[in-house]
Amino acid sequence: MNKQIRHVSVFSALMVFALLANLTYIDLGRQSSLEANPYNVRARQAEFDVHRGQILAGDTVIADSVPSTDQSSFSFQRVYANGPLYAPVTGFYSYIYGSTRVENSYNSYLVGSSTSQWLQNLIDTTSGRTPQGASVVTTISPTLQQAAAKALQGYDGAIVAMDPHTGAVLAQVTSPSYDPNLLASHDLGAVQTSWQQLTTDPSNPMTDRSTREIYPPGSTFKLIVASAALEKGYTPDTMIDTPSSVQLPGSTSTLSNSSDCGNTQVTLARALQLSCNTAFANLGVALGATTVRDEAQKFGFGSPQLPEVGGVASTFPASLDSAQLMMSSIGQYDVAATPLQMAMVVATLVNGGQQAEPYLVQEVRAPDLSVLYEHQNKVTPVVSASTAQSMQDMMVQVVANGTGTAARIPGVTVGGKSGTSQTDADNPNYAWFVCYALNPDIVVSVFLQRDEKTPVSLWGGANAAPVAKEVLQASR
Amino acid sequence: MAGTIQGYRIRGAAQLIMILFGQSIGFAGYLLTGLFRDNALPSQWPLLAICWYGLGVLLHVGARIAIPYADPVILPITLALTGLGLATLHRIDLTSGSSPMLGNQFIALVIGVALLLVIVFLVKDPRRLKGYPFLLSALGFLLLLLPLVPHLGTEVYGSRIWISVGGFSFQPAEIAKIVLAASFAAYLADKTEVLALAGRRILGLELPRMRDMGPVMLMWVLSLAIMVFENDLGTSLLFFGLFVMMIYVATARVSWIILGLILFGAGGAFVLKFAGHVQRRIDFWLHPFDYPNDATQIIQAQFGLSHGGLLGSGWGLGRPDLIIFSSSDMISAAIGEEIGIVGLMAIIVLYGLLVFRGLKTSLVATDVFVKLFAAGLSFAFLLQTFAIIGGVTRLLPLTGLTTPFMSQGGSSMIANWILVAALLVISNQARRPQHEAAVGPEGVTALGEEFTQVFSTRELAQIGTGAIRPVLPIAAQQVRLGASGNVVHDEDGWTGNDELTQIVPVPAPGTPGTPLVPAAPSVPPKPASPTSPTSPASPASPATPATPASLATPVPSTAPVPLKAPGVPATPVPPATPVPPTTVDPGPRTPGSTAPGPTTSAPTAPAPHDPEDDDYFGRGMD
Repeated sequence: MNKQIRHVSVFSALMVFALLANLTYIDLGRQSSLEANPYNVRARQAEFDVHRGQILAGDTVIADSVPSTDQSSFSFQRVYANGPLYAPVTGFYSYIYGSTRVENSYNSYLVGSSTSQWLQNLIDTTSGRTPQGASVVTTISPTLQQAAAKALQGYDGAIVAMDPHTGAVLAQVTSPSYDPNLLASHDLGAVQTSWQQLTTDPSNPMTDRSTREIYPPGSTFKLIVASAALEKGYTPDTMIDTPSSVQLPGSTSTLSNSSDCGNTQVTLARALQLSCNTAFANLGVALGATTVRDEAQKFGFGSPQLPEVGGVASTFPASLDSAQLMMSSIGQYDVAATPLQMAMVVATLVNGGQQAEPYLVQEVRAPDLSVLYEHQNKVTPVVSASTAQSMQDMMVQVVANGTGTAARIPGVTVGGKSGTSQTDADNPNYAWFVCYALNPDIVVSVFLQRDEKTPVSLWGGANAAPVAKEVLQASR
Repeated sequence: MAGTIQGYRIRGAAQLIMILFGQSIGFAGYLLTGLFRDNALPSQWPLLAICWYGLGVLLHVGARIAIPYADPVILPITLALTGLGLATLHRIDLTSGSSPMLGNQFIALVIGVALLLVIVFLVKDPRRLKGYPFLLSALGFLLLLLPLVPHLGTEVYGSRIWISVGGFSFQPAEIAKIVLAASFAAYLADKTEVLALAGRRILGLELPRMRDMGPVMLMWVLSLAIMVFENDLGTSLLFFGLFVMMIYVATARVSWIILGLILFGAGGAFVLKFAGHVQRRIDFWLHPFDYPNDATQIIQAQFGLSHGGLLGSGWGLGRPDLIIFSSSDMISAAIGEEIGIVGLMAIIVLYGLLVFRGLKTSLVATDVFVKLFAAGLSFAFLLQTFAIIGGVTRLLPLTGLTTPFMSQGGSSMIANWILVAALLVISNQARRPQHEAAVGPEGVTALGEEFTQVFSTRELAQIGTGAIRPVLPIAAQQVRLGASGNVVHDEDGWTGNDELTQIVPVPAPGTPGTPLVPAAPSVPPKPASPTSPTSPASPASPATPATPASLATPVPSTAPVPLKAPGVPATPVPPATPVPPTTVDPGPRTPGSTAPGPTTSAPTAPAPHDPEDDDYFGRGMD
């Protein structure tokens, strides 16, 4: 019997070792991810005693920590100057609800716990100074941000402006927005009330429509189909059939042009200029689903963009029949994109077919102004320079004589593409306008979801193009 | 002659020093909490010091008087764990905002200690328990199923393992684990032989006979019932694991373990498929962060342990207020956050040490029932600790068991002190020199029934000094046979063998000088002394047919203790009838055998030398 008891002893020892090994694993294997978890109040509590770094837009401080004046146990109060305007960039920093956007993605720099700051922290701690976090400098231009927000007034939607050559995001505006100060308060009861209101508000003010929501891009997607055609040997003068309507294969539904395209044949340039639906439906079928999908993916569909704010991936359906391909070619069916993604499409064409990866954080500076992190531009080729040039010429025609005339600025080279997509008959249209201006070069993507004044009909050319024009003008 | 016998030394001073040291760990935590939080010692600390250390000294004195030979490490570990628990509860009291728990917990501790003292003073012989196997089983099952009674059982966080009577809540499983360990031990001590019999062979696995499966199936169904209706994987695992482990210890058959694992696995899989709440617990365990609102306990425990890090935040500086049930289920996370992963590891090692002292006690004990009881108690204690600490640290799905000696809750505290009391009594009995054991209150006859190897003190003295090891003359005239055929010995009888092996066949009076050859580890057995006319006889051990002959004596056909197992006809031949020497068939026995064999089938292979046993007289005497 003693032999068995000894076996039990060995087994018992294994159980004890399993407990010990698991504890070791918590410390070695899980600690960093647990400490970074947004639900971790303990880690946040420790952070709240740190002088958190600033977030800047250029030289403008958009998030700051000031010594706390209330009766709470926290040493510092986070303050967002002009909170709603920069909320999609800064996110919030809440004791209860954690943090989002740059407050979250650059948290280790802001609290000073990144690996590059440990020595400074050690010196600060041992010398009795309060350790201070680093400052995060974003690419946002306060002028453009404010202009974009002003242009968007009255609409639900989003605007993204970017530098086509570097990928720097110059403006990122969403409407409606919210004030992150409400969630950063030390009055935790009030914070909970605000949270409750914000999360149950039917207009979803905490939703970032510029990078974290995807919508059918409508006719702006024709830029990708046209680029694919040019890459496949088409020229802007290639003739394409454009009957007034085509029957969708395998159904009784038809797809018709919403503008007068002559009902016979048009050139590719003309089809883009007038946004001829049947021409692009035929073009998409001629190119094939794989070609269109590959082109969309080269432009960035399928990959999350702008991780600084948790941007999501735009989508192009994985498998399509002919009818679905026709609808997809005009940016309907299950094609869906973020306003940022459509800005990237135009930026790539303006940058000679080379796509500069979009980014939001220019650099991170320690309290002594030494640079801890600096953005390095990343450029990937998407289409040939000639395709890019042809596309620019065609987009200029859209603004000069096509559906985008509302964005014309005298004396300035402006190109663009309008888009109007329907989800269903009862909902208002989504209106898009993606465009660029040269000298200085800038790309603007406007997405309108709802117009408080005219709730039903929104049109890319009529509603979105004037908004885009305002932003273009503000950049000059 | 008796004076030359060495038993375990009484280690009074060492025990007292260890007790005071163990108590000081928790007390230091209590003082540090005050220093860290308020920059001052707690106001009533001198009073608490007197009560706390007074309790330790009282325990020591009580144990020293009533159970002087008991393992001197058990009480210090228990008090160290209790002290850490009390300090943690005090620390949680400071920030919980609800009514303080320290006072009630201390009262429960005092009750537990009082019960321990009552038990060690009154219960001298734990073997008495074995007379009531059915009563114990009935009581144990009743306790286990009590939470299912409507209006009595209460559901806490999905698990129905508490009962609530008049404002007091109580976890019956705490007491049930002691009662069931005793009932299993009583049942198995009786059935060892039968359960070891082989039935059919399936897939290379020798299954037990179908008719022996009844109690196993009963335990299986009960365990599954606990899993389904009480929704507690931990409790279910605790009792089934305990039962399977005890069957294995009793029968040495691995097939019982495999069978148990298959049964529990199949039952568990079935329950998983059809009872969603168990699946939920497993989801919370595997993906707690997918359920931020439901798996908060596990999530917060993880955060606490990780934020505390290796060395912890320091006493009073963690955030147990963020962990739901930080004072009961999750106390190991609360204390782990403040004294660090290293501190929690030390606590786990303390639990491990306590369990190993219990298993050691089981090794040293001679009586089958007592061995099983001690092993069962120790293993149940370990399973419980493993299940709850493993659950808290996300090694296993979380269960609602308490952390022994630390969790807030009177029933747990009291039950575990009773468990320790039982271990101490067993330990004291097993470790005392046997001349004291023999004049114990049970009297010689009662002891003799259980004894397997009976020596006179003269041989013992010789063995003890190492003068004689392989061949020992036995003073046979001191040995007589009882009327039932049992070996009965006079008050010089000695039972301190490490390994319960073999009934010593006793020659009839008039054949003095019968040699006895214990199988010493290093010395090849000699077949016989020159005076012996006999040939070697193998021990009748089914498990180890190849064991070298350890005895060379005239073998009466029915010297062994008759089995009391019903259904196994034991037909003792009239005693004291010397028969010609025979070689006992070492093969498996059948129920119809006229020679049921010894009370145990344990192998007689020599136990490896255990350094712990250095002060132990009988080592190597397998």
